[in-house]
Amino acid sequence: MRKVYIQSDNIVSSLGITSEENFNALVDNSTGVKMNYTGNIYKELPLSLIDKEAFIKKSESSIRNFQSYTFFEQIMIWSAVDALSKVNIDASSDRTIFVISTTKGNIDNLKTKEGRQSDNYKLWYSAKRVCDYFSNNNEAVVVSNACVSGVMAVNTAAQLLQTGAFDHAVVIGADVVSDFVIAGFMSFMALSPKPCKPFDDNRDGLSLGEAAGCLVLSTEEHSDIAIIGGANANDANHISGPSRTAEGLYLAIESSMKEARITASDIDYVSAHGTATMYNDEMESIALNRHGLQQTPVNSFKGYWGHTLGASGIIEIVASIKSMENKLLIKSLGFDEKNNGEQINVISKNITKEVNIVLKTAAGFGGANSSIILKKY
Amino acid sequence: MGVEVVSYIRIKDHKAWINGEALNLDFSAMSFLKAIYKDLGLKYPKFYKMDELSKLGFIASEMLLQNNNVKSIINDFKQDKIGVILQNSDSTIDVDSNFYDSILDEQKHFPSPALFVYTLPNIVLGEISIRNKFKGENALFVFQKYNMTFGVDYINSLFENNKIEACVGGWFNANSENYDAFLYFAKGTNKQENAHTVDNISKIYK
Repeated sequence: MRKVYIQSDNIVSSLGITSEENFNALVDNSTGVKMNYTGNIYKELPLSLIDKEAFIKKSESSIRNFQSYTFFEQIMIWSAVDALSKVNIDASSDRTIFVISTTKGNIDNLKTKEGRQSDNYKLWYSAKRVCDYFSNNNEAVVVSNACVSGVMAVNTAAQLLQTGAFDHAVVIGADVVSDFVIAGFMSFMALSPKPCKPFDDNRDGLSLGEAAGCLVLSTEEHSDIAIIGGANANDANHISGPSRTAEGLYLAIESSMKEARITASDIDYVSAHGTATMYNDEMESIALNRHGLQQTPVNSFKGYWGHTLGASGIIEIVASIKSMENKLLIKSLGFDEKNNGEQINVISKNITKEVNIVLKTAAGFGGANSSIILKKY
Repeated sequence: MGVEVVSYIRIKDHKAWINGEALNLDFSAMSFLKAIYKDLGLKYPKFYKMDELSKLGFIASEMLLQNNNVKSIINDFKQDKIGVILQNSDSTIDVDSNFYDSILDEQKHFPSPALFVYTLPNIVLGEISIRNKFKGENALFVFQKYNMTFGVDYINSLFENNKIEACVGGWFNANSENYDAFLYFAKGTNKQENAHTVDNISKIYK
């Protein structure tokens, strides 16, 4: 089977519009989750929002017909433009496939009657606009699988490259904060009134965020980081709550390790989903315990970016790659009180460490679970 | 080792077929999907809680999995080796619109979690997985139209990598005007017949 290498990346978020700006903020332990919601439904809410003025100022001149795209499309295009600028891969080639991860895309277009009558809100339509921008004629693969979409999109791209269907993949994940998503998570009472605290004993819900991220994969061009395993599994338990036995995530990790031909003791670091809801973090602890990963350093990046839905898996993979490259594990922001339930080794301050194998996990509505394993050579 | 298509169903233009044979449905007194539910003799109260897209996906999966071709072999496969890999076009347009209507007016603002959960097109994978205890590979992809080449290649690659032993594959889409579904059950095989290829799938997807 062909080996899939990660060539390049980008993150657009509250913490900057390049991977470097974002990783520098993570190293400084500074958060983008701020009490800055100004909508009319819920007065005060911590969110991680992209500074739109700064984004436009820095990206507008690099994107053709910038104004003709929605904000959601702009951040996807910028993310890919920036990631592709660093590598010698032809985005327009018929050997390159675009894989797009998003949950709600241009959902705000549904606010009006006209919006509902056009195709603009449809996920495949936004994906097509991105492909057209890069003159790529292959139909984009859109992954819309709730909160695991990002990790699943990378797994999907890797799968397509391994079997030789394509040589290169541009994987983009994005979602923007909207009243729709805020009201939805609010209805589930899943939002914390304060910035989220993943894996902390006093955690009381997630913080929402918006972001875009991009990973450029290739089997033809080599690099130091490869995808060595990945899998998705279902809890077959409940559509809106995680499994009490962490069955799906346990299975996804097991299948990923099998493909990677490694055992749990080979894993140097776990980048968890860690949304800071009571149930998710407990479920992940159980899955890690069942695999004997109690001692392995684990963090969640949600304290920095909030939960960015379709972008989260991608930007957290990028941050994990930067951790490997810089031999630096990032503090799990918001974690103050030791988890008294299932014991795991949450990173309480930045650690200098040689990291060669990373496990990244995700879980979401619909009983969805995904995991991926990266290796540094 | 190859992959063969064991069974397939089709829902289109308010008609339904199992392995090419049309169901004789009378839906003058009830909705189309409920008529299929009755015809299959289902008793699954959760069905009534689902949104239209999930109802469609669920009913389509029941037509496929309750049929003897599949029922007689389903226990041959490990639960965590049965995949559900589906495609959709309009995502959850109807529920999305309903949910927006429930929050846009400040006076009538009342978001419902029971509605919000169905604003994700992969929920039906959860519904099918719960009903059948399928714990294997899961994925929901969005394309403008059913992308047969991608669907066949992706599912075959999962078989090739030993991630699945059997799989529900296909397409389902619902909007206010129309129901459209094409689901099939595929499994690993040494036989040559009914191979899971784009050619053969295009023959049964009409």
